[in-house]
Amino acid sequence: MHWTRPFDSIGSGVLSAFGALGVFFGFAAESVRSLADVGTWGPLLVLHMRRIGVDSIPIALFLSTFTGIVLALQASYTFTGAIPLYFVGTLVGKTMILELGPVLTGLALSGRVGANIAAELGTMRVSEQIDALETMAYNPVAYLVVPRILAAILMFPIIVAFGNTLGITAGWITSINVLDMSTEQFVHGLQLFYKPFDITYSMIKATSFGFVIALIGCFQGFHTQGGAEGVGVATTRAVVISGMLILVLDAFWAFTLLQ
Amino acid sequence: MSIELIDIHKAFGPKRILRGVSLTVDEGETVSLVGFSGAGKSVTLKHIAGLLKPDRGTVVVDGLDVPTLSRKDLYVLRLQMGYVFQFAALFDSMTIAENLAMGLRKLEGMSEHDIRDRIKESLDRVELEGFENRYPAELSGGQRKRAGLARAIAYRPKYLLYDEPTSGLDPVTTTVIDRLIMRMKEDLGVTSLVITHDMGSAYKISDRIAMLYEGRVVEVGTPADIQASGSKVVRGFVEGKPEMVEEGAEEQGLSA
Ligand SMILES: Nc1ncnc2c1ncn2[C@@H]1O[C@H](COP(=O)(O)OP(=O)(O)OP(=O)(O)O)[C@@H](O)[C@H]1O
Ligand SMILES: [Mg+2]
Repeated sequence: MHWTRPFDSIGSGVLSAFGALGVFFGFAAESVRSLADVGTWGPLLVLHMRRIGVDSIPIALFLSTFTGIVLALQASYTFTGAIPLYFVGTLVGKTMILELGPVLTGLALSGRVGANIAAELGTMRVSEQIDALETMAYNPVAYLVVPRILAAILMFPIIVAFGNTLGITAGWITSINVLDMSTEQFVHGLQLFYKPFDITYSMIKATSFGFVIALIGCFQGFHTQGGAEGVGVATTRAVVISGMLILVLDAFWAFTLLQ
Repeated sequence: MSIELIDIHKAFGPKRILRGVSLTVDEGETVSLVGFSGAGKSVTLKHIAGLLKPDRGTVVVDGLDVPTLSRKDLYVLRLQMGYVFQFAALFDSMTIAENLAMGLRKLEGMSEHDIRDRIKESLDRVELEGFENRYPAELSGGQRKRAGLARAIAYRPKYLLYDEPTSGLDPVTTTVIDRLIMRMKEDLGVTSLVITHDMGSAYKISDRIAMLYEGRVVEVGTPADIQASGSKVVRGFVEGKPEMVEEGAEEQGLSA
């Protein structure tokens, strides 16, 4: 073996990574182009909005409720006497809206919505249903991908808004029942550092997470290879990659919008 | 109005599957493509519909160069082409009627009523009367296959590409499908390429039979020509004699 061989393999690894990125951006560009094909995706949009909603609302509400409760309890545990108790309201509100509402929901839904999309499209790919769409003159990206991405973009802010509301409500109920606080104190804390931009920020995050989850799920499903095993691989990848991208995006928004 | 495959080469990674396939299907003609499992018959068919792009060579359908067509022109061409997938490829989230309606909805000037009539007529042709509201998962393999066939013929294409339309069917249903293929040609003047493993069917339905072997079409001829073929590869294949095929391949220098 020649001594440059290990470097060759690094070289080809880098090349194939770039190749994969190229395929990904090609796919994203094709999705944007297919927006023009309204006749194909339009009739399917509501269906997918409903499906993503049904898939997501219960899980998001469950998650937010418990997060709200724990936030309230941990805030009061941390503040013990040194800081006025009404800051519990501040912490619950701010943390829920700015961070945990969108991020926890996003992570949980990458496992629900993202996996679901990847498995469904992956199965359609390996059973040649996507080819069948092609032969019947349907643009499969317009038919399968666009309505799912749009539905996720539209539904995620709504889901996260519900989650935020419920999480704060759960924090409030915990505060007045367990922490010896009054409703006035909690609401005072909640309003203390509140800015309208907090909501915008939360919704921007939710929208971007919805976009990433649906796009990655569709991409992985669309490029599934092999049989049942391939569908498994695509599904796992969709969850892992969109989970990582959510965390990266989270940091990105904090750097760009909060500075 | 013909299908021309011109020197098609196609490799998947290091696997060179097609190595110069050339074949013409004339207007109104039915040609069967036979060959060993894994020879690349399905891959060949996918090139005609533009589902795969050749590494080299080209496909001309209706005078149009398929690999270089714009998406819009390709879709116009595909509406004149029915594709019967080897494993049916039915949309499993839809009923059989909805599966058939997908292609029909793309046609100009079909009312919902026309669509319903056409679905019924197509299902009758493959002996699946009353299956409109069933889901693919509720069908047997052979029924699914026939539903896939009905979906392909529903919009009355000028070209039909059949990928093993009769494999896995009982002898009587096979005869029904064979007759259907012949009727599509006689009644509607369809130009067809049929992949099959069933030599009995091939002799019955084809104007010509082509054999794919080691990535090339090694013989084309009428059923009578094929039955009387001097090639050991063809005779060995038709008669199911692997030793004869090997011997013939060595003599003709065809082996890999
Ligand atoms: N998308 C693909 N990626 C990689 N290899 C493929 C792909 N499609 C087909 N092949 C390979 O090409 C070869 C030919 O496949 P093809 O499906 O055309 O065979 P076939 O002649 O139709 O066989 P059968 O009669 O069993 O259906 C096989 O070795 C298969 O593994
Ligand atoms: Mg095949």
